[in-house]
Amino acid sequence: MNFPENLKYTKDHEWVRVEGNIAIIGITDFAQGELGDIVYVEIETQGEDLKHEEVFGTVEAVKTVSDLFMPVSGKVLEVNPKLVSNPEGVNKDPYGNGWMIRVEMSNPSEVKNLMTVADYKALIGH
Amino acid sequence: MKNTALSSKHISLGAKMVPFAGYNMPVSYSGLNEEHLTVRTAVGVFDVSHMGEFILKGKHALDLIQRVTSNDASVLTDGKVQYSCLPNDKGGIVDDLLVYRIDSETYLLVVNASNIEKDWNWISDHNSLDVEMKNISEATSLLAIQGPYALATLQKLTDVKLSDMPYYTFKKGVFNGVENVIISNTGYTGAGGFELYFPNEVAEKMWDAIFEAGKEYGIKPIGLGARDTLRLEMGFCLYGNDIDDSTSPIEAGLGWITKFSKEFTNSKKFLEQKEKGVLKKLIGFEMIDRGIPRHDYEIVNAEGKIIGKVTSGTQSPSLQKGIGMGYVPVSSSKADSEIYIRIRDKNLKAKVVKTPFLKNA
Repeated sequence: MNFPENLKYTKDHEWVRVEGNIAIIGITDFAQGELGDIVYVEIETQGEDLKHEEVFGTVEAVKTVSDLFMPVSGKVLEVNPKLVSNPEGVNKDPYGNGWMIRVEMSNPSEVKNLMTVADYKALIGH
Repeated sequence: MKNTALSSKHISLGAKMVPFAGYNMPVSYSGLNEEHLTVRTAVGVFDVSHMGEFILKGKHALDLIQRVTSNDASVLTDGKVQYSCLPNDKGGIVDDLLVYRIDSETYLLVVNASNIEKDWNWISDHNSLDVEMKNISEATSLLAIQGPYALATLQKLTDVKLSDMPYYTFKKGVFNGVENVIISNTGYTGAGGFELYFPNEVAEKMWDAIFEAGKEYGIKPIGLGARDTLRLEMGFCLYGNDIDDSTSPIEAGLGWITKFSKEFTNSKKFLEQKEKGVLKKLIGFEMIDRGIPRHDYEIVNAEGKIIGKVTSGTQSPSLQKGIGMGYVPVSSSKADSEIYIRIRDKNLKAKVVKTPFLKNA
């Protein structure tokens, strides 16, 4: 399993790439492995202002369904358009083609509450 | 938690393990879709040693089986297998099972892992004729080898002519040098293939030989996840989901294994249901709108009224759409009836279809 050093993580198994006041968000390699083959990703919150830990979408695997939680508060600017035709991109490339949303953070100081890669690895016992 | 004789093998192959019916079982290895398609197009191996096996022996073994099961076991001859169920006295089902006739006084019953104790007690309670009963579940391993190349794989390891064996028959024979292996032309996938019963002691040796024999066909280990999607594409019932202590075999579409040529537990009530009809029926449905139905989701009609619940549901790896089963009132049970599945506060359109979902599997 792969966990890039330059990302931040949450206990709900999302990753966050911070670029100024923009956060790019997806789910971790561990999460995609636990879910198994992802069939589709339903995100209908584009343009909405959501708070930290609110649900921004749902990911459906063959056997399970799981909610997706906001790691930080902000406005959902963009949903990865490739997810509709290529949901398995989340399995194959969770940190690249499988990114999910781009968020304009309303409170960038929340970033300091996110987990480091070391904390996240400890959480999942990796 | 119990292990099968092959649990360490699964772990060494990188399987994701889950507790199931008290056993540490592989749910997937390389990925559910890939495993599923391997069984549909090549050959896959399931360790289903958690299943229960009882031997019933004696002059009255058939009488006991006739009393507790719904199908007519008197039509079996040596080497034949029958799908059946154990009705309870409240109109529901204790379990579904396979009945193997070894000889006229010896039968093998194969039951669901989660029901071993319940079934044992139920059959024992009805054993008024001193039939000898032996629970060989813990000592017995069971592998299901399924898929279009299952026969070619297994034929390398036995002189028993597998292509001469009809569906739902079995032979006891030498397999991979092991005597008295039960080679059964059965399965739970609709992909064709065999199931093998043998003692735990030879399990690793059997597993290794089968994988060596199947290498040229791309043989793979298959987990319980794909076992569920494969059986659901065929519309096969899963005990605990589609049938249980409260569902009647007539409602579940199991009239074909409910025979009134004999008397058995609650047969009068089932005969009445068959003649007068039932209020609800187990149906198969396909999603028209995009969505995946899952166990316990509500089924609603066009007016938004709840008419039932999904008992099994998944995304079908072969058909690439959502499929499921559930109980609905008879008025909504005809093929092509429009129903809706409530998925995350939305009523998504589906239609009733005849099973199997996958035709010509």
